[in-house]
Amino acid sequence: MSSRMAAGRPEGKEERIPRVLVAIPAYREEKSVGGIVSSLRRKFPYDVLVVNDGSPDGTSAAARQAGAMTLDLPCNLGIGGALQTAYLFARDHGYDALVRIDADGQHEVEDIPRVLEPVLRGQADAAIGSRFLGGNEYKVSIPRIFGIRFFRWLVRWNTGYRVTDPTSGFFAVNRRMIEFYSRNYPSDYPEVDAYILMHRLRARTTEVPVRMYERAEGKSSITTFRAMYYMVKVTLSFLINRIRRFG
Amino acid sequence: MSRISVIAVLASAMLLLYILEMVRRRRLREEYSILWLAGGVIMLVFSLKRDWLEWVADAAGIYYPPSFLFLIGMLFILLILIHFSITISRLYHMNKKMAQEIALMKGKAEPE
Repeated sequence: MSSRMAAGRPEGKEERIPRVLVAIPAYREEKSVGGIVSSLRRKFPYDVLVVNDGSPDGTSAAARQAGAMTLDLPCNLGIGGALQTAYLFARDHGYDALVRIDADGQHEVEDIPRVLEPVLRGQADAAIGSRFLGGNEYKVSIPRIFGIRFFRWLVRWNTGYRVTDPTSGFFAVNRRMIEFYSRNYPSDYPEVDAYILMHRLRARTTEVPVRMYERAEGKSSITTFRAMYYMVKVTLSFLINRIRRFG
Repeated sequence: MSRISVIAVLASAMLLLYILEMVRRRRLREEYSILWLAGGVIMLVFSLKRDWLEWVADAAGIYYPPSFLFLIGMLFILLILIHFSITISRLYHMNKKMAQEIALMKGKAEPE
Protein backbone atom coordinates (compact mmCIF):
# COMPACT_ATOMS: atom_id res chain seq x y z
CA MET A 1 0.00 0.00 0.00
CA SER A 2 2.78 2.41 0.90
CA SER A 3 4.12 2.06 -2.60
CA ARG A 4 0.88 3.42 -4.00
CA MET A 5 1.01 6.42 -1.69
CA ALA A 6 4.61 7.09 -2.55
CA ALA A 7 3.82 7.02 -6.23
CA GLY A 8 1.38 9.82 -5.61
CA ARG A 9 -1.57 8.05 -7.19
CA PRO A 10 -4.69 10.05 -6.42
CA GLU A 11 -7.21 7.84 -4.73
CA GLY A 12 -10.53 7.13 -6.33
CA LYS A 13 -9.51 8.76 -9.60
CA GLU A 14 -8.82 7.35 -13.01
CA GLU A 15 -5.50 5.52 -13.10
CA ARG A 16 -2.85 7.71 -14.64
CA ILE A 17 -0.29 6.36 -17.06
CA PRO A 18 2.46 4.70 -15.06
CA ARG A 19 5.90 6.21 -15.43
CA VAL A 20 8.48 3.68 -16.53
CA LEU A 21 12.24 4.10 -16.51
CA VAL A 22 14.44 1.83 -18.58
CA ALA A 23 17.81 1.71 -16.81
CA ILE A 24 20.93 0.67 -18.68
CA PRO A 25 24.16 0.35 -16.73
CA ALA A 26 27.01 0.71 -19.20
CA TYR A 27 30.75 0.32 -19.05
CA ARG A 28 32.77 0.73 -22.23
CA GLU A 29 29.77 0.14 -24.50
CA GLU A 30 30.08 3.10 -26.90
CA LYS A 31 29.59 0.84 -29.91
CA SER A 32 26.35 -0.81 -28.84
CA VAL A 33 24.60 1.53 -26.40
CA GLY A 34 23.52 4.08 -29.02
CA GLY A 35 21.67 1.52 -31.13
CA ILE A 36 19.84 0.11 -28.14
CA VAL A 37 18.80 3.53 -26.88
CA SER A 38 17.52 4.69 -30.26
CA SER A 39 15.52 1.51 -30.81
CA LEU A 40 14.02 1.96 -27.33
CA ARG A 41 13.13 5.57 -28.07
CA ARG A 42 11.60 4.59 -31.40
CA LYS A 43 9.48 1.76 -30.05
CA PHE A 44 8.39 2.79 -26.57
CA PRO A 45 7.23 5.85 -24.63
CA TYR A 46 9.50 4.97 -21.68
CA ASP A 47 12.21 7.25 -20.32
CA VAL A 48 15.66 5.81 -20.86
CA LEU A 49 18.51 6.32 -18.40
CA VAL A 50 22.04 5.19 -19.13
CA VAL A 51 24.31 5.07 -16.11
CA ASN A 52 27.85 5.32 -17.37
CA ASP A 53 29.92 3.39 -14.87
CA GLY A 54 33.07 5.46 -15.22
CA SER A 55 33.84 4.46 -18.82
CA PRO A 56 36.73 6.36 -20.36
CA ASP A 57 35.23 6.00 -23.86
CA GLY A 58 32.29 7.72 -25.53
CA THR A 59 29.57 5.60 -23.89
CA SER A 60 27.86 8.59 -22.34
CA ALA A 61 27.96 10.77 -25.45
CA ALA A 62 26.65 7.95 -27.64
CA ALA A 63 23.76 7.35 -25.25
CA ARG A 64 22.87 11.05 -25.04
CA GLN A 65 23.00 11.44 -28.79
CA ALA A 66 20.55 8.57 -29.17
CA GLY A 67 18.11 10.28 -26.82
CA ALA A 68 18.83 8.81 -23.39
CA MET A 69 19.25 10.63 -20.12
CA THR A 70 22.71 9.93 -18.79
CA LEU A 71 24.43 9.89 -15.43
CA ASP A 72 28.20 9.68 -15.22
CA LEU A 73 29.77 7.98 -12.24
CA PRO A 74 33.15 9.56 -11.48
CA CYS A 75 34.70 6.12 -10.98
CA ASN A 76 33.82 2.52 -11.79
CA LEU A 77 31.53 1.09 -9.12
CA GLY A 78 30.57 -2.20 -10.73
CA ILE A 79 27.20 -3.14 -12.17
CA GLY A 80 25.38 -3.13 -8.82
CA GLY A 81 26.67 0.29 -7.81
CA ALA A 82 25.71 1.68 -11.21
CA LEU A 83 22.27 0.13 -11.04
CA GLN A 84 21.74 1.48 -7.54
CA THR A 85 22.35 4.96 -8.97
CA ALA A 86 19.45 4.30 -11.34
CA TYR A 87 17.25 3.20 -8.41
CA LEU A 88 18.14 6.43 -6.58
CA PHE A 89 17.25 8.41 -9.68
CA ALA A 90 13.97 6.52 -10.14
CA ARG A 91 13.12 7.00 -6.48
CA ASP A 92 13.86 10.74 -6.54
CA HIS A 93 11.89 11.31 -9.72
CA GLY A 94 8.84 9.29 -8.77
CA TYR A 95 8.96 6.46 -11.32
CA ASP A 96 6.44 3.66 -10.85
CA ALA A 97 8.54 0.94 -12.43
CA LEU A 98 12.10 0.34 -13.54
CA VAL A 99 13.25 -2.06 -16.21
CA ARG A 100 16.88 -3.04 -16.41
CA ILE A 101 18.47 -4.13 -19.64
CA ASP A 102 22.09 -4.52 -20.63
CA ALA A 103 23.97 -2.14 -22.91
CA ASP A 104 25.61 -4.90 -24.92
CA GLY A 105 22.60 -5.98 -26.92
CA GLN A 106 22.09 -9.37 -25.30
CA HIS A 107 18.52 -8.56 -24.23
CA GLU A 108 15.73 -8.26 -26.78
CA VAL A 109 14.19 -4.82 -26.29
CA GLU A 110 10.94 -6.03 -27.90
CA ASP A 111 10.39 -8.20 -24.83
CA ILE A 112 10.37 -5.24 -22.42
CA PRO A 113 6.55 -4.85 -22.37
CA ARG A 114 6.24 -8.52 -21.56
CA VAL A 115 8.58 -8.17 -18.56
CA LEU A 116 6.81 -4.99 -17.43
CA GLU A 117 3.30 -6.35 -17.64
CA PRO A 118 3.08 -8.31 -14.36
CA VAL A 119 4.63 -5.34 -12.52
CA LEU A 120 2.35 -2.69 -14.02
CA ARG A 121 -0.71 -4.86 -13.44
CA GLY A 122 0.26 -5.18 -9.78
CA GLN A 123 0.62 -8.95 -10.03
CA ALA A 124 4.29 -8.95 -9.04
CA ASP A 125 6.80 -6.71 -7.29
CA ALA A 126 9.49 -8.01 -9.60
CA ALA A 127 9.32 -9.76 -12.95
CA ILE A 128 12.47 -11.44 -14.19
CA GLY A 129 13.09 -12.34 -17.79
CA SER A 130 14.16 -15.95 -18.30
CA ARG A 131 15.97 -17.16 -21.38
CA PHE A 132 15.02 -20.75 -20.57
CA LEU A 133 11.25 -20.37 -20.55
CA GLY A 134 8.92 -20.53 -23.50
CA GLY A 135 10.96 -22.87 -25.63
CA ASN A 136 13.64 -20.33 -26.41
CA GLU A 137 16.77 -21.82 -27.88
CA TYR A 138 19.65 -20.45 -25.90
CA LYS A 139 22.96 -22.23 -26.08
CA VAL A 140 24.77 -22.41 -22.77
CA SER A 141 28.21 -23.85 -22.21
CA ILE A 142 28.68 -26.80 -19.85
CA PRO A 143 30.34 -24.89 -16.97
CA ARG A 144 27.68 -22.21 -17.21
CA ILE A 145 24.88 -24.74 -17.01
CA PHE A 146 26.53 -26.11 -13.91
CA GLY A 147 26.67 -22.62 -12.40
CA ILE A 148 23.07 -21.87 -13.30
CA ARG A 149 21.89 -25.15 -11.82
CA PHE A 150 23.84 -24.47 -8.65
CA PHE A 151 22.27 -21.02 -8.27
CA ARG A 152 18.80 -22.38 -9.01
CA TRP A 153 19.30 -24.80 -6.17
CA LEU A 154 20.79 -22.13 -3.88
CA VAL A 155 17.87 -19.77 -4.49
CA ARG A 156 15.26 -22.46 -4.06
CA TRP A 157 16.84 -23.86 -0.92
CA ASN A 158 17.11 -20.43 0.74
CA THR A 159 14.02 -18.60 -0.49
CA GLY A 160 11.62 -21.13 -1.91
CA TYR A 161 11.52 -19.23 -5.21
CA ARG A 162 11.62 -21.66 -8.10
CA VAL A 163 13.54 -19.88 -10.81
CA THR A 164 14.86 -21.05 -14.13
CA ASP A 165 17.26 -18.19 -14.85
CA PRO A 166 18.78 -16.98 -11.55
CA THR A 167 21.51 -14.86 -13.17
CA SER A 168 19.20 -12.97 -15.51
CA GLY A 169 19.92 -9.24 -15.74
CA PHE A 170 16.69 -8.49 -17.60
CA PHE A 171 13.96 -7.58 -15.13
CA ALA A 172 11.34 -5.08 -14.06
CA VAL A 173 10.57 -3.91 -10.53
CA ASN A 174 7.85 -1.77 -9.01
CA ARG A 175 8.04 1.30 -6.79
CA ARG A 176 8.35 -0.74 -3.63
CA MET A 177 11.43 -2.56 -4.93
CA ILE A 178 12.90 0.68 -6.30
CA GLU A 179 12.73 2.25 -2.85
CA PHE A 180 14.24 -0.77 -1.15
CA TYR A 181 16.97 -1.27 -3.73
CA SER A 182 17.92 2.40 -3.60
CA ARG A 183 18.96 1.75 0.01
CA ASN A 184 20.20 -1.84 -0.26
CA TYR A 185 21.77 -3.30 -3.34
CA PRO A 186 24.82 -5.50 -3.85
CA SER A 187 27.80 -3.76 -5.47
CA ASP A 188 28.75 -6.47 -7.91
CA TYR A 189 26.99 -9.50 -9.39
CA PRO A 190 23.62 -8.41 -7.95
CA GLU A 191 21.24 -10.74 -9.77
CA VAL A 192 21.37 -13.84 -7.58
CA ASP A 193 21.68 -11.80 -4.39
CA ALA A 194 18.52 -9.94 -5.33
CA TYR A 195 16.50 -13.09 -4.68
CA ILE A 196 17.49 -13.02 -1.02
CA LEU A 197 16.55 -9.34 -0.83
CA MET A 198 13.20 -10.04 -2.48
CA HIS A 199 12.65 -12.95 -0.14
CA ARG A 200 13.39 -10.75 2.87
CA LEU A 201 10.81 -8.26 1.59
CA ARG A 202 8.38 -11.11 0.91
CA ALA A 203 8.22 -9.75 -2.62
CA ARG A 204 6.03 -11.44 -5.19
CA THR A 205 8.19 -12.47 -8.11
CA THR A 206 7.48 -14.03 -11.43
CA GLU A 207 9.53 -15.19 -14.38
CA VAL A 208 8.68 -14.21 -17.93
CA PRO A 209 10.06 -15.82 -21.09
CA VAL A 210 12.40 -13.48 -22.96
CA ARG A 211 14.87 -13.71 -25.80
CA MET A 212 18.54 -13.27 -25.08
CA TYR A 213 21.41 -13.28 -27.53
CA GLU A 214 25.11 -13.81 -27.47
CA ARG A 215 26.84 -10.52 -26.80
CA ALA A 216 27.08 -8.24 -29.80
CA GLU A 217 30.00 -6.14 -28.63
CA GLY A 218 32.52 -6.30 -25.82
CA LYS A 219 33.26 -9.08 -23.43
CA SER A 220 31.03 -10.66 -20.82
CA SER A 221 31.74 -9.38 -17.33
CA ILE A 222 32.14 -13.03 -16.35
CA THR A 223 35.24 -14.50 -18.01
CA THR A 224 36.40 -18.02 -17.30
CA PHE A 225 39.06 -16.79 -14.92
CA ARG A 226 36.51 -14.93 -12.88
CA ALA A 227 33.93 -17.70 -12.88
CA MET A 228 35.24 -19.35 -9.73
CA TYR A 229 35.51 -16.02 -7.93
CA TYR A 230 31.99 -15.23 -9.09
CA MET A 231 30.64 -18.49 -7.65
CA VAL A 232 32.36 -18.07 -4.30
CA LYS A 233 31.56 -14.37 -3.94
CA VAL A 234 27.91 -14.72 -4.90
CA THR A 235 27.39 -17.74 -2.66
CA LEU A 236 29.03 -15.99 0.28
CA SER A 237 27.14 -12.73 -0.06
CA PHE A 238 23.93 -14.63 -0.72
CA LEU A 239 24.25 -16.59 2.51
CA ILE A 240 25.33 -13.53 4.48
CA ASN A 241 22.43 -11.50 3.13
CA ARG A 242 20.22 -14.15 4.61
CA ILE A 243 21.29 -13.19 8.13
CA ARG A 244 21.86 -9.48 7.57
CA ARG A 245 19.85 -6.48 8.75
CA PHE A 246 18.46 -4.12 6.15
CA GLY A 247 17.67 -0.44 6.49
CA MET B 1 69.13 -7.94 31.33
CA SER B 2 69.51 -10.47 28.54
CA ARG B 3 70.18 -9.35 25.00
CA ILE B 4 66.67 -10.30 23.78
CA SER B 5 65.17 -8.19 26.57
CA VAL B 6 67.22 -5.15 25.55
CA ILE B 7 66.16 -5.57 21.93
CA ALA B 8 62.52 -5.98 22.96
CA VAL B 9 62.60 -2.86 25.16
CA LEU B 10 64.26 -0.77 22.46
CA ALA B 11 61.90 -2.00 19.74
CA SER B 12 58.70 -1.40 21.68
CA ALA B 13 59.91 1.99 22.95
CA MET B 14 60.75 3.07 19.40
CA LEU B 15 57.38 1.86 18.15
CA LEU B 16 55.60 3.86 20.85
CA LEU B 17 57.61 7.00 20.17
CA TYR B 18 57.07 6.71 16.43
CA ILE B 19 53.32 6.27 16.80
CA LEU B 20 53.07 9.19 19.23
CA GLU B 21 55.08 11.39 16.90
CA MET B 22 52.84 10.49 13.96
CA VAL B 23 49.75 11.35 16.00
CA ARG B 24 51.34 14.62 17.16
CA ARG B 25 52.01 15.61 13.55
CA ARG B 26 48.46 14.62 12.58
CA ARG B 27 49.82 12.03 10.16
CA LEU B 28 47.91 9.36 12.09
CA ARG B 29 44.46 9.82 13.57
CA GLU B 30 44.07 9.15 17.30
CA GLU B 31 41.38 6.61 16.46
CA TYR B 32 43.85 4.48 14.55
CA SER B 33 46.69 4.90 17.02
CA ILE B 34 44.90 3.29 19.94
CA LEU B 35 45.56 -0.33 18.94
CA TRP B 36 49.19 0.42 18.10
CA LEU B 37 49.76 2.20 21.40
CA ALA B 38 48.06 -0.51 23.44
CA GLY B 39 50.16 -3.17 21.74
CA GLY B 40 53.35 -1.16 22.23
CA VAL B 41 52.68 -0.52 25.91
CA ILE B 42 52.04 -4.19 26.63
CA MET B 43 55.20 -5.19 24.75
CA LEU B 44 57.21 -2.60 26.66
CA VAL B 45 55.90 -3.64 30.06
CA PHE B 46 56.64 -7.32 29.44
CA SER B 47 60.06 -6.51 28.06
CA LEU B 48 60.97 -4.54 31.18
CA LYS B 49 59.39 -6.87 33.72
CA ARG B 50 60.96 -10.20 32.87
CA ASP B 51 59.43 -11.87 35.96
CA TRP B 52 55.90 -10.81 34.92
CA LEU B 53 56.53 -12.22 31.49
CA GLU B 54 57.82 -15.48 32.95
CA TRP B 55 54.80 -15.76 35.22
CA VAL B 56 52.31 -15.17 32.42
CA ALA B 57 54.18 -17.44 30.00
CA ASP B 58 54.26 -20.17 32.62
CA ALA B 59 50.54 -19.75 33.29
CA ALA B 60 49.92 -20.07 29.54
CA GLY B 61 52.13 -23.16 29.32
CA ILE B 62 54.85 -21.52 27.25
CA TYR B 63 58.37 -22.76 28.05
CA TYR B 64 60.39 -20.02 26.43
CA PRO B 65 59.00 -16.71 27.82
CA PRO B 66 60.09 -14.37 24.99
CA SER B 67 57.93 -16.33 22.58
CA PHE B 68 54.98 -15.03 24.58
CA LEU B 69 56.04 -11.58 23.34
CA PHE B 70 55.83 -12.83 19.76
CA LEU B 71 52.37 -14.16 20.49
CA ILE B 72 51.21 -10.79 21.82
CA GLY B 73 52.78 -9.04 18.86
CA MET B 74 51.09 -11.35 16.38
CA LEU B 75 47.71 -10.96 18.04
CA PHE B 76 47.95 -7.19 17.93
CA ILE B 77 48.99 -7.23 14.28
CA LEU B 78 46.04 -9.48 13.53
CA LEU B 79 43.67 -7.13 15.35
CA ILE B 80 45.09 -4.13 13.55
CA LEU B 81 44.70 -5.83 10.17
CA ILE B 82 41.07 -6.71 10.87
CA HIS B 83 40.54 -3.12 11.95
CA PHE B 84 41.99 -2.01 8.60
CA SER B 85 39.73 -4.33 6.62
CA ILE B 86 36.70 -2.92 8.42
CA THR B 87 37.89 0.62 7.84
CA ILE B 88 38.52 -0.02 4.14
CA SER B 89 35.02 -1.44 3.79
CA ARG B 90 33.58 1.63 5.48
CA LEU B 91 35.57 3.90 3.19
CA TYR B 92 34.34 1.88 0.20
CA HIS B 93 30.73 2.46 1.18
CA MET B 94 31.31 6.18 1.73
CA ASN B 95 33.10 6.38 -1.59
CA LYS B 96 30.29 4.57 -3.41
CA LYS B 97 27.66 6.85 -1.89
CA MET B 98 29.61 9.94 -2.85
CA ALA B 99 30.19 8.73 -6.41
CA GLN B 100 26.45 8.11 -6.77
CA GLU B 101 25.55 11.49 -5.29
CA ILE B 102 28.01 13.23 -7.60
CA ALA B 103 26.58 11.44 -10.63
CA LEU B 104 23.03 12.40 -9.62
CA MET B 105 24.00 16.02 -8.92
CA LYS B 106 26.02 16.79 -11.99
CA GLY B 107 23.82 14.61 -14.20
CA LYS B 108 22.25 16.05 -17.28
CA ALA B 109 19.40 13.67 -16.62
CA GLU B 110 15.97 15.17 -16.05
CA PRO B 111 12.78 13.32 -16.91
CA GLU B 112 10.81 14.99 -19.66
